[in-house]
Amino acid sequence: MERKIRVIVAKPGLDGHDRGAKVIARALRDAGMEVIYTGLRQTPEQIVQAAIQEDADVIALSILSGAHNHLFPRVVDLLKEKGADDILVFGGGVIPEEDIPFLKSKGIAEVFGPGTPTSVTVDFIKTHLKRE
Amino acid sequence: MSESEKLEKALQDWNAKVEKSIAKYPERKAAFVTGSNSPVRRIYTPIDVGNKDKLETVGLPGEFPYTRGVQSTMYRGRLWTMRQYAGFGNAEESNARYKFLLAQGQTGLSIAFDLPTQIGYDSDHPLAAGEVGKVGVAIDSLEDMETLFGGIPLDKVSTSMTINAPASVLLAMYIAVAEKQGVPAGKLDGTIQNDILKEYVARGTYIFPPTPSMRLITDIFSYCSKEVPSWNTISISGYHIREAGATAVQEVAFTLADGIAYVDAAIKAGLDVDEFAPRLSFFFNAHNDLFEEAAKFRAARRVWAHIMKERFGAKNPKSLMLRFHTQTAGSTLTAQQPENNVVRVTIQALAAVLGGTQSLHTNSRDEALALPTEASVRIALRTQQILAYESGVAETPDPLAGSYYVETLTDSIEEGVLAYIKRIDDLGGAVKAIEQGYIQQEIQDSAYAWQMDVEKNERVVVGLNKFQVKEGPPKGLLRVDPAVGENQVAKLRALRARRDNAAVTAALEALKVAAMGSDNLMPYILTAVKTYATLGEVCDVLRGVFGEYRPSVMF
Amino acid sequence: MIDTLARRCLDGDLRAVARLISLLEDGDKNAFGTLAALKQRSGQAHVIGITGPPGSGKSTLTDKLIGEFRASGKKVGVIAVDPSSPFSGGAILGDRLRMQEHATDPGVFIRSLASRGRLGGLSKATAFALRALEAAGYDIVIIETVGVGQSEIDIVKVADTVVLISVPGLGDDIQVIKAGIMEIGDIFVVNKSDRDGADRVVREIRAMLETQAMLKRGRSVDAGPDTLSARNAEILHHGQNDLRPETMPDRADPFDLPPVMKTIAETGEGVPELCREILSRFEDAKASGELEKRRQASIKSQLKDLVGWQVMDYFVDHEENGRLDNLARAILTREIDIYTAARELFSALIKGERQ
Repeated sequence: MERKIRVIVAKPGLDGHDRGAKVIARALRDAGMEVIYTGLRQTPEQIVQAAIQEDADVIALSILSGAHNHLFPRVVDLLKEKGADDILVFGGGVIPEEDIPFLKSKGIAEVFGPGTPTSVTVDFIKTHLKRE
Repeated sequence: MSESEKLEKALQDWNAKVEKSIAKYPERKAAFVTGSNSPVRRIYTPIDVGNKDKLETVGLPGEFPYTRGVQSTMYRGRLWTMRQYAGFGNAEESNARYKFLLAQGQTGLSIAFDLPTQIGYDSDHPLAAGEVGKVGVAIDSLEDMETLFGGIPLDKVSTSMTINAPASVLLAMYIAVAEKQGVPAGKLDGTIQNDILKEYVARGTYIFPPTPSMRLITDIFSYCSKEVPSWNTISISGYHIREAGATAVQEVAFTLADGIAYVDAAIKAGLDVDEFAPRLSFFFNAHNDLFEEAAKFRAARRVWAHIMKERFGAKNPKSLMLRFHTQTAGSTLTAQQPENNVVRVTIQALAAVLGGTQSLHTNSRDEALALPTEASVRIALRTQQILAYESGVAETPDPLAGSYYVETLTDSIEEGVLAYIKRIDDLGGAVKAIEQGYIQQEIQDSAYAWQMDVEKNERVVVGLNKFQVKEGPPKGLLRVDPAVGENQVAKLRALRARRDNAAVTAALEALKVAAMGSDNLMPYILTAVKTYATLGEVCDVLRGVFGEYRPSVMF
Repeated sequence: MIDTLARRCLDGDLRAVARLISLLEDGDKNAFGTLAALKQRSGQAHVIGITGPPGSGKSTLTDKLIGEFRASGKKVGVIAVDPSSPFSGGAILGDRLRMQEHATDPGVFIRSLASRGRLGGLSKATAFALRALEAAGYDIVIIETVGVGQSEIDIVKVADTVVLISVPGLGDDIQVIKAGIMEIGDIFVVNKSDRDGADRVVREIRAMLETQAMLKRGRSVDAGPDTLSARNAEILHHGQNDLRPETMPDRADPFDLPPVMKTIAETGEGVPELCREILSRFEDAKASGELEKRRQASIKSQLKDLVGWQVMDYFVDHEENGRLDNLARAILTREIDIYTAARELFSALIKGERQ
């Protein structure tokens, strides 16, 4: 049986705008992936616990509230703590370009800005999986 | 032959000619659609508008069914309120921005609160970490509210507050600040958004489940009808529903369905419809398609007028008037070539004005990237001023009336809206439809369809999927001082040490008891905020009694 | 590698448990070796199957039940099953959303499984996942699946306790009568019982349970298979279901019907009672030996399935290019009939195995 790519789609923090997260979830499903949609108001702890239990390959974080510099690195740090840093983590939303180097230095593999076609995200996942 | 028979014949001949020519020189596209994917015909003529009784359906401005506007003179009497949504960081910074905007000619205030405030958390709550002051101003207590409006006379300025789940608390704080300024509540002019249903569906800043939320909303209706009679107690919103991906028809349909739910709830709570309905207001989106948007606003007014009259039996003409604020569509702005956004916003603002909006917020060019700088927001304000003073569109009400295209669009949007409202009625109303995920699913499907259209290049977004340029990173964006969070936490600590904690505890206890009963909660909330109980403390009491909303998501 | 994974699971390493479930899902042959190494823990968990139509609130109910079990100190595993898209093979799994309360509780393990278009195989993946959770020391494993169709029956038949959820106002007559569903329920729940029609649903379910019990009783009195009641019993469950009445302990007392309980999952009303009922029935079944009988029947059924899957896997692995296509064409042109063709394939299979 062909191995399925499992992706956690999460919105960390208090931001409630989930149009993008839902569109991404559907696009990933249509690309044959299994998406565990964890919804709004996720803490880094909840996201990481879900990723571990679901044996996820990828965590996709969506945020439009400006709290990314605080929340994204927290997710990566927790993954490291739990010995799960072979999970690919990337983000999208309203994230200023000048913050991207910082986020990448903290272990976020990529940041997809507004207007990124979903096909780009799908391809990125397929070519950047850290496991297997 | 009669006039219309002549026209029919001429049209037939014309169509035949056009088809011959298209065979040789095809049109640009196989199918032409509006911004919402509704088909657009080759030509619109008087035949499309037909024999409908114009007085009954189109009418005159200020007259039922208000298709042409809710005031007789519209902008000849008074221009729309130029009301730029603003707020960030702490109360001092936001206060400075408000004073800047008022000095630049803005005619009303619109307050943006940060996410912890919108969700009823104090700045020191664990979930507030990283979020304080980011998308709006952080308000933890009456103290912050006093700073926010320092030097701004609340009897001269009308204020709109974009606050929903904890609207009662912020309204109470506003009333308390006004009192300190010597302005009685009866003189206060403004709006609270206070629309919880769209939070469940499109915006996400909910706290409590639907039933207690409706109770809070109807308590506000009732309280204000006596104590703050000039206050718009709700801004029933379609803006966010549209931003979440809905079409124009869905935007209006789901908004009006929510409106119906609120009116139902208020009537059930024992209020007379004409007591509160005149103070209901709406909030719509101004999207790209100029004519569809203008038609949308006209259709919305007509549908609502009929609903209030025939479904709810309202007698006061003010109960039948759909008054609304508009914001240009944030989701249409691109991060690529941000200067183009000024052009987009202009067209969208034009649509809102042609559609007869009562007040307008225009987005700034850099808003796909960050909150606006002073320079950007000034351009956005100037856009409104140029429309008002230079373009001529404000010189007569509803100038698009009679356009074959616009009247046809108005009619077809109305039809679509009524069909959706019937469907939602069949499901048991907006609240049930939301519980079953129906509205959310419709919105999601539209959002996905739009995204696929853009990715397949069937819908052009200039600068994004066509006419791209290579750009460097944008410069000069607004950044919120990260120290805001720490400073708010320190302020909170100092406040809690300074205030009369016995009074706070007593007030919160009284609120709890009232929440478990059926008293109107506004007076209790007002008492509590005056003791400098924090927003988080008040909301926690209510959380304890009402519980928290748990969303369900369908795909 | 196998031993390490097994050791880590026994030690409660959650990543290892999650990894094992994935490997089992993918059909990794080594993973079965790992499961074998974990056999000392098999049978230790109380497996609860929860199923109901969409909109019945079963995820919310599961969420509340987890709370009850946790309060009594039990560790809980949850396997939430959702359909995959038949077009893309992907899936969006959203059941975790309704269990946010427990999202960071180390004593709760929630795993979402997609059906991956395998009708019978879904029950396979579920059964394996539950063994992995059992091995990791979870006292209770809840299998939660939506629907009331055949595949859901297959999924929950591995459970020790099957809870069936209905709601008022969803056209319940259709829900409950579907093939086999009434047969397998141990506890019936009418959720959202504050809605109109809740009592009527309770009565309807009770009536059907009584009818079912009477038919069973009738058949056990008349021994032969040709009696009217036997035929009715067959009609009631025409699925591939080994939990037929004859393999289940006879309920001689017609009044020992499965309970029909009312809950309002959102507020938690009725949930403590439901929890007590689930646990006490389990204890009773253990004490009376009924649990043993039931698990035996279930295991026999699973064994048959496993053999069948192995045969099918072998068949598929050894499938010659185009042979099936040629046969299908020959059948359509009436050169050969389908039964003969199938027999030929099977003989080839057997001969191949012997070689």
